[in-house]
Amino acid sequence: MTQVGDLRAKAETLASPLPALLAEAEHLATTVLLGDHGRRRAGLGDTFWQFRPAQSHDAARSIDWRRSARADAPFVQEKEWQIAQSVILWVDQGASMSFGSSKDLSTKSARARALGLAAAILLIRGGERVGLTGMRLPPRSGEVQLTKLAALLSEDKATDYGSPDAQGMLPHSRALFISDFLGDIGPVENALLRAADRGVRGALVQVLDPAEEAFPFDGRTIFESMTGALRHETLHAGDLKQRYLERLAMRKDRLAHLAKTTGWQFTTHHTGQSAANALLWIYGALERKA
Amino acid sequence: MWSIGPLGFSAPWILLGLIVLPLLWLLLRAVPPAPVRRRFPGVALLLGLTDADSQSDRTPWWLLLLRLLAIAGVIIGFAGPVLNPQVVRAGDGPLLVLIDGTWADARDWQRRVNRIDVLLSEAAQSGRPVALVSLTNLPPQAPVFQAADAVATRLPTLTPAPFAPDSDALIAFARTLDGAFDSFWLSDGLARDSRTALLDALETHGTVSVFESPRTVMALRPARFENGDVMLTTTRAPAAGTAEAVVLAIGLDPAGVERQLASLPITWDAGQSDTSASLTLPPELRNRVTRFELAGVQSAGAVTLTDDALRRREVALIAGGGEREGLELLSPLYYLNQALEPTADLIEGTLADVLLANPDVIVLADVAALTAPEQEAMLEWLDKGGLLLRFAGPRLAGSDIGRAVEDPLLPVRLRAGGRSIGGAMSWGEPKALAPFSDTSPFFGLAVPDDVSVSAQVMAQPDPTLSDRVIAALSDGTPLVTRKGVGAGQIVLFHVTANAEWSSLPLSGLFVQMLERLAVSTRPAQPEETELAGTTWMPEDVLNGFGVILPADTLSGVSGERLATGVPAADMPPGLYSGEARKIAVNIMNDDTEISAMRWPTRIAVEGLDVTAQTLLKGWVLGAALCLLVIDILASLFLSGRLTGPRARAAAILCAAFMMLPDTGRAQDVSDDFAVASLTEVVLAHVITGDAQVDDIAQAGLYGLSQTLYRRTSIEPALPIGVNIETDELAFFPILYWPITANQPLPSTDAYAKLNRYLRTGGMILFDTRDADLAGFGTASPEGRRLQAIARLLDIPPLEPIPNDHVLTRTFYLLQDFPGRYAGREVWVEASPPDAEQVEGMPFRDLNDGVTPVVIGGNDWAAAWAMDINGNRLVPVGRGMAGERQREIALRFGVNLIMHVLTGNYKSDQVHVPALLDRLGQ
Repeated sequence: MTQVGDLRAKAETLASPLPALLAEAEHLATTVLLGDHGRRRAGLGDTFWQFRPAQSHDAARSIDWRRSARADAPFVQEKEWQIAQSVILWVDQGASMSFGSSKDLSTKSARARALGLAAAILLIRGGERVGLTGMRLPPRSGEVQLTKLAALLSEDKATDYGSPDAQGMLPHSRALFISDFLGDIGPVENALLRAADRGVRGALVQVLDPAEEAFPFDGRTIFESMTGALRHETLHAGDLKQRYLERLAMRKDRLAHLAKTTGWQFTTHHTGQSAANALLWIYGALERKA
Repeated sequence: MWSIGPLGFSAPWILLGLIVLPLLWLLLRAVPPAPVRRRFPGVALLLGLTDADSQSDRTPWWLLLLRLLAIAGVIIGFAGPVLNPQVVRAGDGPLLVLIDGTWADARDWQRRVNRIDVLLSEAAQSGRPVALVSLTNLPPQAPVFQAADAVATRLPTLTPAPFAPDSDALIAFARTLDGAFDSFWLSDGLARDSRTALLDALETHGTVSVFESPRTVMALRPARFENGDVMLTTTRAPAAGTAEAVVLAIGLDPAGVERQLASLPITWDAGQSDTSASLTLPPELRNRVTRFELAGVQSAGAVTLTDDALRRREVALIAGGGEREGLELLSPLYYLNQALEPTADLIEGTLADVLLANPDVIVLADVAALTAPEQEAMLEWLDKGGLLLRFAGPRLAGSDIGRAVEDPLLPVRLRAGGRSIGGAMSWGEPKALAPFSDTSPFFGLAVPDDVSVSAQVMAQPDPTLSDRVIAALSDGTPLVTRKGVGAGQIVLFHVTANAEWSSLPLSGLFVQMLERLAVSTRPAQPEETELAGTTWMPEDVLNGFGVILPADTLSGVSGERLATGVPAADMPPGLYSGEARKIAVNIMNDDTEISAMRWPTRIAVEGLDVTAQTLLKGWVLGAALCLLVIDILASLFLSGRLTGPRARAAAILCAAFMMLPDTGRAQDVSDDFAVASLTEVVLAHVITGDAQVDDIAQAGLYGLSQTLYRRTSIEPALPIGVNIETDELAFFPILYWPITANQPLPSTDAYAKLNRYLRTGGMILFDTRDADLAGFGTASPEGRRLQAIARLLDIPPLEPIPNDHVLTRTFYLLQDFPGRYAGREVWVEASPPDAEQVEGMPFRDLNDGVTPVVIGGNDWAAAWAMDINGNRLVPVGRGMAGERQREIALRFGVNLIMHVLTGNYKSDQVHVPALLDRLGQ
């Protein structure tokens, strides 16, 4: 529980400097559930917004007769548009995320969880509903949801590389995937395509350790994955550097390309950088109109 | 022990381990460096990448070499390497260690003692009984063989003697030897006839080994006087290549302080044994020279004392009658000039002028009366030790001085007119001289037959006359009379100084008589007959090191013995004084030959060098460890593991290695030193090199600083130890200088610095710390060292602290100045001779300045010493009396620092009532 509390505290700290994050709901009343905050424009909601002269396509039952009686022309009462957006969160909990190249740097999983929960806090403060992929936690709003999120995000998986679950994504909702994306790219691609099919937009945040970018190794080395399931032995680690970096760049290209085709946003974040930068980027990406 | 060159191994079998090194080479080459296991999530991207070169990294050759060196170092280290291993000398049975113990040994005496020490410890290891004999100090009986460690306790008392072994005594000693024993002979390297006999005797008892230093023995022959210059001859053995030496002329300066008066470089050409050089000195300086010595050679042979032979007396010649037309041969001074010119410096002029020059002798030839002021000045000069030599003549005979009453400038009363004998108008023959009586200074001079006296002035018979006659004619009438005046004397020749009245001035006797009267000085070694029957008292004697010691306790030497001129135990070299003259006995005479000893080929000759054996095990193992550390770093570097914090640690390690040899002093240290010394009053002590003495000095000054802080307005900072060679002295008001017996002499630069310090108002407190051992006047090793150190210091005349010295009242009123010991007198700068007690003043107005030195031996620092916690470090006395003594010692310290810092301020305080009185009016 302490770990959960820690995570929550870190996330709160990270989230505090930013204004409330409000996801923009584009359309579709079916998925729109009214939220707490008006959008300062006409739409569905409980609160009066304005009277406007009735036009030809307005149904007769929508005419506000009380207002129309005070004038010659019929008026229609418009309500303020009030919606709440659903945001689905996936933070990689695979063992590979627990890598940290030095004691000064936080592990990738710590950074990813902090970023994810911070975004969740911002969203929930903004009145949005936040949940986890794969039906683990359906989107809801409220502080209680944050506690549950924190508890679930603190869990670790035994597998080396995690993969997102495309299930449980509401159509036209928003999604935020945080991972190192070093494992098999297939499930990610699959999930993104399925999300795009449902009109879900979102952001991909690749969290990498500086050592993974620089590959500062040399000599005879056996590289092992974090669980030890994968291993690769080389006699000249230094010789591999160039080819490794090429492959890493290819992976980033692939992800960027995928994001582009599906209308998602993609960025790479290093644990050596400031977490607030990444959160700002997430804020911008989720607010962005598709 | 098995050895290669100077390197030996205590466990040589371990060296066989070096055979495995080639195997190790092959093994290490075959095995590649171990792989590193790394957790790395990016491994998924690496899968399928293959190495371009399937050959693994070989361990590089230099790393292999490093490892092999390290292993070799470990193997060699455990084999126990020893540098200069001591070869255990074969043999058992008793061992006789002989040392010549002469002046020629003195120069490297310590090395000889060390060599004996090593020989003794070897003998102790093999359990051989040892007897130690110094050939210049032979035991009366046969030498007793004792355990080696018992003999070793006698080593420090061995000193070289300032003479050569006596050959008769050596033969007698050889006869006392008995039984079988081996002999070790530490020779001084000089050939002596007495050696062969002793060597043969020793060889009948066992094998003989000789230890000898190849060092050149240098000696200085007596200085001679030649053509107005001092001729100095040095000799050496063996006569090897070219060499240089410096001869120092040492004497008293006008202030009475002994110092170097002149120096003369001397060069030997290759193969030359004797070399001479002449030194030109003004007569005033030359007469003050007391000895010549070879600079830097610590041996009695390198010192030659000067006696009257070198001294040229200043003789003033004054003739009566003024300008006299006449033949030069008739001049009253002609014969005196001829007799004295080779051996004395002559002054001519009026009496008033020559008295100013303060000559040794004034000769008045036929001068009758002097004016009253002249007579008064003359008497004053006589009181101070002048010799007035008067000759009679017509003028004196014709005058009426000394007729009725004795003239103060004549030894006897004179009869009017004189007498003339053997002339045309008189009866009798010209008179010859009577033999000299044994109370006469001329005793022993042969009276030639052809000396006759035809005229003389007659002495008035008188009760004192017979005492005053030192030469008479055959009929008993006085020819030469003498009387003492004060410290001086008046001698009257009752004849003329020319050949008018007698043929005495023409004879050789005249010159000899002048010599005996010390008017002139004789050039050569005195004859035995001349000295027969006299007794000579030693004034100064030399020890084997060439250091002058007072000869208070030595007995006199007969003239016959002195005439031999060969120093021995009964007549150590030195300065012997007899009646009115001094004779120096030196080790080297003009004809003393020294040459290097050639030992027979059957005798093994070894050097004196004792090379201490050095165990190298620790060093070699340490080096191997260092190599292994380097190997670790290099391996880490090669395997790519030298990253991050490890790299930093390695860098720090490397930097630490680089820093190690950096022991040089940075320039800014001196600035720091200056700042530390200048911000507050700092007491300083001279670093002697003896850690214990320095610690006590530091603690003592700390204790004194604390006392000053508590009781006075002086608040000193922590005391500082000063290295007089390197540190600036000008910052310190006082230097405390404890003297140790083996302290090195300061360098020339340091002396210049010290003299500048003393002249510009610094004070040095010399403490010989020996008041418990050395009473007044006896020289302890520390005292001798202090004399040697102070010789070149600019120190004024000293006196024991007078009761009214300002030191007795600068803060506390003190009567005595104890330290840890309450013994000896404390010496300060002498008060000026004209200091007088003024009416109404409690004290004399002594010196206007601060005494530049205070010299004592009471070990003050020990009495003051205090640790950081305020505990006294050294006990003083017993019980309350001791505490009282410590308190007085502290009060002396307070007074001393007050005196240093306030000068004569306290002395001026006695004038305060008078000043106030005057201000009031």
